[in-house]
Amino acid sequence: MNRLVTILLALVLAFLAWKFIDWAFVRAVWQPDAAACRAASGACWGFIVEKHRLIAFGTYPYEEHWRPALSSVLLVALWLLSAWRRFWKPRLIAVWATGLTVLGVLMWGGVLGLPYVENERWGGLILTLLLTTFGLAFAFPLSILLALGRRSELPLLRALCVAYIELIRGVPLISVLFMASVMLPLFLPAGVSVDKLLRAQVALILFAAAYLAEVVRGGLQAIPKHQYEAADALGLGYFQKTLLVVLPQALRIAVPPLVNTCIGFFKDTSLVLIIGLFDLLSTIKVSLNDPAWTGFGVEAYLFAAVVYFVFCFAMSRYSRSLEANSGSG
Amino acid sequence: MLVGLANTFKVAILGIAAATLIGAGIGLLSLSPNALSRNLAATYVEFIRNVPLLVQLFFWYALITEGLPPPREALSPLPGVFLTNRGLFFPSFSGVPELHGFNFTGGAALSPEFAALLIGLSLYTAAFIAEIVRAGVMAVRRDQWHAAQALGLERRHVLRYVVAPQALRVIVPPLTSQYLNLTKNSSLAVAIGYPDLVSIANTTINQTGQAIEGIAIIMAVYLAISLAISALMNWANARLR
Repeated sequence: MNRLVTILLALVLAFLAWKFIDWAFVRAVWQPDAAACRAASGACWGFIVEKHRLIAFGTYPYEEHWRPALSSVLLVALWLLSAWRRFWKPRLIAVWATGLTVLGVLMWGGVLGLPYVENERWGGLILTLLLTTFGLAFAFPLSILLALGRRSELPLLRALCVAYIELIRGVPLISVLFMASVMLPLFLPAGVSVDKLLRAQVALILFAAAYLAEVVRGGLQAIPKHQYEAADALGLGYFQKTLLVVLPQALRIAVPPLVNTCIGFFKDTSLVLIIGLFDLLSTIKVSLNDPAWTGFGVEAYLFAAVVYFVFCFAMSRYSRSLEANSGSG
Repeated sequence: MLVGLANTFKVAILGIAAATLIGAGIGLLSLSPNALSRNLAATYVEFIRNVPLLVQLFFWYALITEGLPPPREALSPLPGVFLTNRGLFFPSFSGVPELHGFNFTGGAALSPEFAALLIGLSLYTAAFIAEIVRAGVMAVRRDQWHAAQALGLERRHVLRYVVAPQALRVIVPPLTSQYLNLTKNSSLAVAIGYPDLVSIANTTINQTGQAIEGIAIIMAVYLAISLAISALMNWANARLR
């Protein structure tokens, strides 16, 4: 029985794999030639070749594309560095601060002879990476405050934090993004305008904080009660107890689920497309609007899927390895 | 607005049903004694979970509108079922789809937007449900299996009468949050042009400029749906204990 199932499954899989390879490689067109693509019966990867600059960098000025490219590499390098347990030291914050300053100079320009580029023109992969980085950087401290607030003994504070977390977790991210892009300008005094990128970023931060807060709360709950009691017995105040005893342990426990939430957040940044920002998915969609190249959506979105998969898969492997090592950590 | 709400409900209910079936199937596949089917299930889960839902929705939409033939050359895998780039057509109580002019009429039809949304949401959520089912079954202690086998029960009877009742207790709470996620994710319909609640509210906002009211309605409705599903599942959970 077991062998029969294996053979049958293997046959079906082999057939599907052969069909796919035939479409994606054997009969595929790799040159950026729309006419050849339409004539061929296979996949049209020429589309990606033709549009790779637009997909990777959005509407950033063409001659300056090396700047977002370098920034993307820098940002990914910083992420890799932070993933390494050996570098989990206070110095890492300084490294990040330097890295982000360099990044800001690269992307905005206006100094050192680099022409100024306003952030409406940023796009592509770097926008996705930036939204993720800054989203997490601001949401994380906020989420710790929310999680502590939810476990606080002050009823009003606790009620506020619970209401905030449950409200945000109960509505879709799109509605939070719409709120930020449509409603926020109404609340600001006339003449003050906050640009679209910043508004989306704020919405993402508020959204991510609610989800991260629940993960942090999970970590806080996992700490044995005697740790609190021991800290109290030592005569530590609330802030000392929280900062020196509770949080270091809670965050260590919460690291693997935190990484999983980060993966979800990275995927969620693709939603900024709906409010008109040019992230990676959005630039792919825009490049499909070129009349000469319409009708290659399947190839384009497969490409998008592969790019997102590479990032998310790397993160999820990392989270697994953290989980495996958590005992020794 | 009510049309949008009805459309949201339609896709959420069908999506939950489909995702549960597919998810349970894949979850059981990942527990099967057959190594190939285990690997297959693991690969499916890994691929689906690591790609944003929005990309998947766009992919299915592109596959339907670009990959399928026009109505006149419709694919017909079963008699009366027609797959075209204008939608999917099935026979129903009201009749069988027939080609009239440029499109099919009669029978039941799924628009390309609805079909893409339903396929995307179900397959995406199914991957998460599969993991929940797997974890739930694994949480049942090994000696329960051995005891059932010692009683001489067949594998499917062991699953049905011994493992399932115990596993469901572990499965139901996280399953609830997946149902909620699916319902919230159905708001991505706005990106592929399915007229769900968010999409219609957005049009209303653009036409009337009443942004605050529009957003408030969206949020209130989703909160109400979330609370309703939670309450329902809590009730189911209480019954199981």
